[in-house]
Amino acid sequence: MATDITFEQVNYWYQAGTPFAVQALKDINLAITPGSFTAVVGQTGSGKSTMIQHLNALLKPSSGTVKIGDRVITNETKNKHLKPLRKKVGMVFQFPENQLFEETVIKDIAFGPQNFGVSEADALVLAKRMAQEVGLDESLLNRSPFDLSGGQMRRVAIAGVLALEPEVLVLDEPTAGLDPRGRLEVMQLVTRLREEQGLTIILITHQMDDVANYADHVIVMGHGEVIKQGSPREIFSDPEWLEAHQLGLPAATQFAYKLQQDGFQFDSMPLTVEELADQLAPQLAKEGIDHE
Amino acid sequence: MAIIRVENLNYQYPNSDTQAIDNVSFEIQAGDWVAIVGHNGSGKSTLAKLLIGLMAADSGKITIDGQELTPETVWQIREKVGMVFQNPDNQFVGATVADDVAFGMENRSVDRDTMVTKVDQALAQVGMLDYKNREPANLSGGQKQRVALAGIIAIAPKILILDEATSMLDPRGRQEILSVIQDLKQQLNLTVLSITHDIDEAANADRLVVIDDGRFVEEATPKELFSHGQQLVEMGLDVPLPEKLKDALQQRHVAIPQSYLDERGLADWLRTSRLNK
Repeated sequence: MATDITFEQVNYWYQAGTPFAVQALKDINLAITPGSFTAVVGQTGSGKSTMIQHLNALLKPSSGTVKIGDRVITNETKNKHLKPLRKKVGMVFQFPENQLFEETVIKDIAFGPQNFGVSEADALVLAKRMAQEVGLDESLLNRSPFDLSGGQMRRVAIAGVLALEPEVLVLDEPTAGLDPRGRLEVMQLVTRLREEQGLTIILITHQMDDVANYADHVIVMGHGEVIKQGSPREIFSDPEWLEAHQLGLPAATQFAYKLQQDGFQFDSMPLTVEELADQLAPQLAKEGIDHE
Repeated sequence: MAIIRVENLNYQYPNSDTQAIDNVSFEIQAGDWVAIVGHNGSGKSTLAKLLIGLMAADSGKITIDGQELTPETVWQIREKVGMVFQNPDNQFVGATVADDVAFGMENRSVDRDTMVTKVDQALAQVGMLDYKNREPANLSGGQKQRVALAGIIAIAPKILILDEATSMLDPRGRQEILSVIQDLKQQLNLTVLSITHDIDEAANADRLVVIDDGRFVEEATPKELFSHGQQLVEMGLDVPLPEKLKDALQQRHVAIPQSYLDERGLADWLRTSRLNK
């Protein structure tokens, strides 16, 4: 069954009932449809990480309702019987490589499914398939995960979550700290998982270029609230609003707004370098014309 | 004066069959901002750990502020060096944000009144004063990293090493931290060594040192290096937008200049080209 996720009037307080109580989420209403690619953006401290921890009931709302497929999570929900939910919604946290612990790469990937009752033999078969899926070379499988590079360790961690065969994959800044090539590889992997396996993707990111290139829905958070939702084109069509909320634009869009002030015309604001070049080229002198 | 001098440095991890650092030599002048760039696994972070004596080199010599790094001098040298690591969760000790910032000063026997003032000053400089009494565990990654930086600022070291320290911050947070570091560098004649993949952080540096497979590849100004275009990806850096756009325009048969242009330079050139059409 496809897993819809909806939040209805969700509030969450940290250190509730103490003098240090801080409201991290305020009246969150949102819906995530199966197979969609949702980007969650917002300043540092806007509640993004708190929000995603509600997606598999790691946190339960202080008030309001989170529906994940046919499960309803409220403040009253007991911690029992949440296991199937955790399997359905796979969570890749920031710096997931810190959670690796097994002796070998293959055992680390196989740990999750075994925890959910899959036999060791079956889990190892699954792990091998997932290692291949994320592009880990077979020669690495019997090495210690701690001997791998940062980018490889991150792929081991993602493979470990994929081995649970989730329907929804939540990634909290999965490319942080990776070099540009590593970032591109992770984003291509995420895109492929969505296209080939129909996974629902929820990505927390600061990279507006990734939002422009990959997402079809954007949730903007600020001070614990959802302050805007829409397609990337809608979100990036209002630079003043973004500036006021201390959010950036994709690099190509930002540059296009500058060029607009220089007299260049854009039918719709370009979100990527390719779109920008498409619209600029007809407005420029062609090769072979000397304009010195 | 060279405040950091590295001569013929070698290091190999146990159980590894390749050199993580292979005969690396370079110098950093006092008051400079030098960025070490290289792709993941190139040896950058290993180099940083060797520089502050977290690991001992197999051979070669490291001299910091006139003192050779040895097991005897390592504690004196660490007094002069503040380091912010990539993952803030690995560097928290205090029960509150303020406690955490004070920790480094407590180790240096700073008196209480000075400490209280310096904690506030440092937190204000990184934009975290409002969070003074919060538990570090409840902060987001970017906020934690700002607190870690405040702890370093409070000790006022001669050398600041940033090991991917801005990689967790949002673009604005990163710009704020970078401008705080620029200010501090001016005020305190701080030497900054940043290990980074971030093109903005690299652009802030006076010079860039490129490391690959543990070897020194080249040293250049940001402007010189950024003109390498697509090769930058091999060096672990992103290609700057103007270079990407130039490539895309060239594919569409637009005659573009070969030399490196920053955004302003490219905007100027585009405006002229449009008027000449």
